[in-house]
Amino acid sequence: MSGILVIAEHRQGQLRESTLEALGAALTLIPAVGGEVVTALLADEPEALAAPLLTRSPGLRLLAHPELKEYNPEFYLPALADLVAGMAPALVLLPHSSQGLDLAPALAGRLNLPLVTDCLGLDWAGGALTARRLIYGGKVVESLTLKPAATVVATLQAGAFAPTPEGVAPAPESVRLTDLAPRHPRRFLRQLAAAVEDVDIAAAEILVSVGRGIGGEDNIPLAQALADALGATLSCSRPVADMGWLPKSRQVGTSGKTVRPKVYIALGISGAFQHQAGMKGSQTIIAVNKDPRAPIFAVAHYGIVDDLFKVLPTLTAAVKA
Amino acid sequence: MEILVLAKQAPETAEADLEITRDGADVEREDLVYTINEWDNYAVEEAVRLKEAHGGEVTVLTLGDEEAEDVLRRGLAMGCDQAIHLNDEAFLGSDPASVVRAMVKALGERRFDLILCGVQSADQGQGQTGVLLAQALGLPYASLAVGLKLAEGGLVVTRELEANTLEEVALPLPALVTVQSGINQPRYVSIMGIRKVRGMAIEAHDAEGLDLAGQVGPAASCLAARRLALPETGAGAEILTGGLDAVCARAAGIIREKGGRK
Repeated sequence: MSGILVIAEHRQGQLRESTLEALGAALTLIPAVGGEVVTALLADEPEALAAPLLTRSPGLRLLAHPELKEYNPEFYLPALADLVAGMAPALVLLPHSSQGLDLAPALAGRLNLPLVTDCLGLDWAGGALTARRLIYGGKVVESLTLKPAATVVATLQAGAFAPTPEGVAPAPESVRLTDLAPRHPRRFLRQLAAAVEDVDIAAAEILVSVGRGIGGEDNIPLAQALADALGATLSCSRPVADMGWLPKSRQVGTSGKTVRPKVYIALGISGAFQHQAGMKGSQTIIAVNKDPRAPIFAVAHYGIVDDLFKVLPTLTAAVKA
Repeated sequence: MEILVLAKQAPETAEADLEITRDGADVEREDLVYTINEWDNYAVEEAVRLKEAHGGEVTVLTLGDEEAEDVLRRGLAMGCDQAIHLNDEAFLGSDPASVVRAMVKALGERRFDLILCGVQSADQGQGQTGVLLAQALGLPYASLAVGLKLAEGGLVVTRELEANTLEEVALPLPALVTVQSGINQPRYVSIMGIRKVRGMAIEAHDAEGLDLAGQVGPAASCLAARRLALPETGAGAEILTGGLDAVCARAAGIIREKGGRK
């Protein structure tokens, strides 16, 4: 088995950046794996989406079918099962996204292939894949070496691999699929925009952002006091929104908002990757956490290792002074 | 409506100071506090709410050691009616495909209208088990549910996509859905509540009874090796040191300067 198959992702008529990251990972690995890199783009009109791939992917397979307009595993799976069987790649790479998380286990399960998810790093040696991933909320790095297998499926964490630059210009191979038999009638109904927002956190110059460490809804006013003293906006990490301590519109991270304020103050946020992805572009990041090894300190510029409830009132007073 | 919900035990690590064992094979587990995996807690709550709204029964299933029985008792206290425990050292070191194999065997001929589980676990975070089980049972599925309602002659699932975007998909029943955190506000479980269900029977299975010899554990796993390490800290943050007042004064100065609040 040789070669790497990359499964492209698109939404609302746009190829997603994560596709180019997966392709970047594939092109880095291919000398060790051997064979060719092929990107599969499944869509109703894949030609219209293929432009960024034309100058990047050595092999390009455009699979067209009216039911592939929106992502739906019931139509992706039969198309990909045929493709994997025909190409017999050593590796199948997908973004670890809302689509990859939905599709990869089903593809692996259907074809009885080993699967490793949410990878940050991939190495190929002696016919075996070693994947690096973060576990326990980003506090531990795990290296998994898979037993040699004909084909391995892996999903890649967003932002972990550099997108491939422009270069090669292959001739794409277009296939109009005629017979895609879904096993179940799962149907795409519609895409929904986010709920109406009280405030746009992406527009703030300074964000005071609270995490699980804030302990409860009753302590939110402590952070609000700091925000008020600074003329800043209050935002939060996922657990705070999940528990209903602040509205979802205040959530920073992969599934929430990406923010780039002048100053981002992270209070009691451990800094899981999905949070970092939403705030690491901030100009200055100050993190307060009692765990000196909290992942947030890896992306912060300044850190305070102390109890949040001691720091908050003192910092608020210092700002007012 | 007959519902199955999968729940596993996981250590609470948000505030924990994790250490790696000397052989690099695991984290030091002695000081860790175990609880129901956060995502599965949302799944159990969702299952019980559906039962309360539409009738039927909820069965909660876990795979884990003796301690993992706490997850089942907790589920029963939340309103589940039956509990299944896959408990055998032979299951240790199983990959998700083997875990699913064991679940399929334990479920046997039983059929449910809906199977729910968390999107992923707080420890390994692989996000594989639910969708793999759907494949193994031949069920339609949807992952990352932040909303769930009976409609369109089946189920309408609101899936969480990236960047504040959602999508709705329709599934026929029976189906499997993986539940994202935040879908509901799980009810509080009191010690009294757990005491009340301590007499309820739990259906237990081991590997031999399920005829799974050689099909679970490290031998059946797709993994050859696993090594753990603490992340390299790299350059990272400049940690402000000194007394609390001095540290906060320095931080306030940085915020004012960088934030343009002179």
